[in-house]
Amino acid sequence: MILISSVKVIVVVVAVLTGCAWSTWLERKVVGHMQHRMGPTFAGPYGLLQPIADFIKLIFKEDIVPSGVERVAYGLAPVLSFIPAMLVFAVVPFAADATLFGHEIKMVISDLNIGILFVFAVTSLGVYGLVMAGWSSGSKYSLLGSLRASAQMISYEVSYGLSIVGIVLIANTLSLRELVEMQGSDSIWFFSNWFVFKQPLGFLLYLTCAIAETNRLPFDMPEAESELVAGYHTEYSSMRFATFFVSEYANMLAVSAVGATLFFGGWQGPYLPSIVWFILKVFCFMFFYIWLRGTFPRFRYDQLMSFGWKVLFPLALLNVIVTAAFVMLD
Amino acid sequence: MNIDTAIFIISAVVAVFGATMMVFQRNPVASVLYLILSIVAQAVLYIQLGALFIGAILIIVYAGAVLVLFLFVIMMLNLRGGEDLGKPSPPLSQITKYFIALLIFAEMVFVVRSAFFRDAGPTGILTTPADQFGSVESVATLLFTRYLYPFELASILLLAAIVGAVVMARRESRSDKDLPGEVQK
Repeated sequence: MILISSVKVIVVVVAVLTGCAWSTWLERKVVGHMQHRMGPTFAGPYGLLQPIADFIKLIFKEDIVPSGVERVAYGLAPVLSFIPAMLVFAVVPFAADATLFGHEIKMVISDLNIGILFVFAVTSLGVYGLVMAGWSSGSKYSLLGSLRASAQMISYEVSYGLSIVGIVLIANTLSLRELVEMQGSDSIWFFSNWFVFKQPLGFLLYLTCAIAETNRLPFDMPEAESELVAGYHTEYSSMRFATFFVSEYANMLAVSAVGATLFFGGWQGPYLPSIVWFILKVFCFMFFYIWLRGTFPRFRYDQLMSFGWKVLFPLALLNVIVTAAFVMLD
Repeated sequence: MNIDTAIFIISAVVAVFGATMMVFQRNPVASVLYLILSIVAQAVLYIQLGALFIGAILIIVYAGAVLVLFLFVIMMLNLRGGEDLGKPSPPLSQITKYFIALLIFAEMVFVVRSAFFRDAGPTGILTTPADQFGSVESVATLLFTRYLYPFELASILLLAAIVGAVVMARRESRSDKDLPGEVQK
């Protein structure tokens, strides 16, 4: 049992880190083409080895610790923003259950019966990395960036949590594995049971709040480079900066994986192996993220806040009330 | 020593260490960060007891939301340690704080005593079957049947606090008209 679990953990961690690395390549390539550029081309065919080149560059750079920082918090911050992003993958089922040498193997590290709550508990801890980075750097830009980050993440977390309550009400379970099994269908219309059709508003709310939670454009206030230099990670360099960078992509992958699991049936799909379906769905989410980045300008800060509280929050409440009424009348 | 005991000892030590360091820190931000450490360790203890729901909620509500707000306020006020700690507090609050500390200590002793010597925990837990203990269903059932009135009273208390906060915030921004936020509108 412990052996199988350890293998699963290692495979998932390696897969996620690889995914993060080549997400940066994807982002540069896609945004490049959207702006009539080529993106990276030199390192390997189609610039595919670019992430490795980046990694080597960053790891050999000098690690600069500015004077006047709070040493312990400064060192802990990148790690604390990275770990929660990775922990989410512990409860996301990534393929159909398989049988190997007579052993039934669940393709999820830990099948918690409060899976969704675990995801939200862990993502709510992600903000501390940003807050600690901003506070410990002892720089005005960093502090402003982290203040923005915490205000934004608290505000959007409310709607983020409420956006999936509709699904929980319909499905009557909090386990991600059961939710995926519920969305399967043997008919030609294999997507007919996906929750995105039962909860369209919930899905839009989830998508919007997820972008805000991961601090991506058009909601990337905490690191708005035209206003705050680089926001909370202004003072970071070398591998510490790289850790923040990777954790941003790990966060994106995490909300993509959870979104695909909750709204698009996770690994469910015909013909292709289940793991391929799962990766395909996550890829669509990631592409959408990058597409948004290439399309939209940044929000203004007060627009961001009033949008979160005056538009998303009432819509999320409405979604919960309407869904609850339907479930009760059923 | 099996792995459960090891996890219990580690998280118990971390929880107590975090709580102790929180009290002895001079810098308020470091204090809050130690409190977070302590709460996360407590959540691990709850989860180990089988109360998965309580553990998750502890992290979501306390570590995720309340403490971020707390940290936010402290960082905004930019309290670096040792500013207000020098002067002694007025005598009334001295008495009050010792009284409250005594009260909490008495309550703790009472709970520990009843748990150890009378072989019975707090009453609510006894009514749920053992395999359902700590699940979302059993907590929700108790909350919405037996403890409905305390639950609703608590929510009214929170609502009053929110309304109070809004009223206070409005009053302050009206008094100084040259706030940059007003100009933008």
